[in-house]
Amino acid sequence: MIPAAFEYFRPKTIPEAIGFLQQYGDDAKILSGGQSLIPMMKFRLARPAYLIDINRISGLSYIREEGGYLKIGGLTREAELENSPLIHAKYPILADTSRVIADPQLRNLATLAGNLAHGDPANDHPATMLALRAEIVAMGPGGERVLPVDLFFVTLFTTQLEHDEIVTEIRIPIPPERSGGAYFKLERKVGDFATAAAAAQLTIDGRGACQSVGIGLTNVGATPIRAARAEEFLRGKALDEANITQAAQLASEEAQPSSDLRGPEEYKRALVKELTRRALTRAYERAGK
Amino acid sequence: MATKQLVQIKINGRNREAMVEPRMLLVHFIRSLTGLTGTHIGCDTSHCGACTVVLDGKTVKSCTMFAVQADGGELLTVESLIKEGANHPLQDGFKQEHGLQCGYCTPGMLMSSYVLLEKNPTPSEEEIRWGISGNLCRCTGYQNIVKAVQFAAAKLAEGEKHELSHIG
Repeated sequence: MIPAAFEYFRPKTIPEAIGFLQQYGDDAKILSGGQSLIPMMKFRLARPAYLIDINRISGLSYIREEGGYLKIGGLTREAELENSPLIHAKYPILADTSRVIADPQLRNLATLAGNLAHGDPANDHPATMLALRAEIVAMGPGGERVLPVDLFFVTLFTTQLEHDEIVTEIRIPIPPERSGGAYFKLERKVGDFATAAAAAQLTIDGRGACQSVGIGLTNVGATPIRAARAEEFLRGKALDEANITQAAQLASEEAQPSSDLRGPEEYKRALVKELTRRALTRAYERAGK
Repeated sequence: MATKQLVQIKINGRNREAMVEPRMLLVHFIRSLTGLTGTHIGCDTSHCGACTVVLDGKTVKSCTMFAVQADGGELLTVESLIKEGANHPLQDGFKQEHGLQCGYCTPGMLMSSYVLLEKNPTPSEEEIRWGISGNLCRCTGYQNIVKAVQFAAAKLAEGEKHELSHIG
């Protein structure tokens, strides 16, 4: 369908964009990649009266390590993450995640920031950010807020972002030596949302046991889920098959899947267990390198 | 209600401009305002990729973008592939290897393949399938599309140069 009519602005700076958001309040929406918003507008599920296109704002597209963090700018596209040598070398969990989002055309426009800000539990990056203990930097009229990912996702399509805030950066604490992560997603076909998916990031200690671990789950609840009980179980333990399997079992119990066209609840729960098992196993392999 | 805005896009090497409502989709700008109907609309859900064009060197689904967003950009559509009556190796490939039946997905397949081969002149089968994973085909079952791209890759490797034409 044709979207409902709207006025269109193309600010050159973040303060200008925030100004528009303040001026037009709930009637305004940020247009970044637009690969979630525009399809909704075509169905008229979303009818913003004002669209604030931030794509021409410079200085928001970067991937760099600085001050103990991997910093990714608010306009960094999924394709850039997918093709970044730094990401492939040091953060393969992010390459795992970006490459299974939608398809090549969408990934040229879709942004990591948008994937988080949209608040859709079916999106892939939220689980990975939970596993990585990321921070989301939001710019608003009052200045900058740094939001820990654990509290960021409130409920379906709702994050902690205020209406007049824009995500300008995502910060990931650089993992210590002997760390590894992985993301495993099952989809009905390429480009689909996850039937379920699991992200695992861990660090091993001198004895090869689990020093720290983060596990995030995709599309099995109203928000992305951090499998905290699974994490707690695994901490300090050897990463052998038995412990990994038990952690995966706990993660499957922490999931809250709904039966839908992608499968019944029991199937999704079993899927969470297997995907978590694979993610932990791959993360352990990568940590050992 | 909406204020019309001036949109200027260089399409297939030629400057095009029009006053449009912001809500006009890029695919409608291409098809209706410039008459380049090679770019197709195959769905309403941004899945099928029949509308795929190349904007500033990158493939995008033109149905999931507003024309105003492409203002100042350079766009290539499927019409740009043919040069003075000579097919691009990809077009020869689709013809030779029977890579189309109804032809509806074909413009999108061609533009995705074009960029794929630019970035990766010697793709494996898996890389080809990954490269066209944003383009759906209901007729062929994809295997002849893969063969068509392999045909083109081989032709381009033989040194057959093909400059895109400035037409349309």
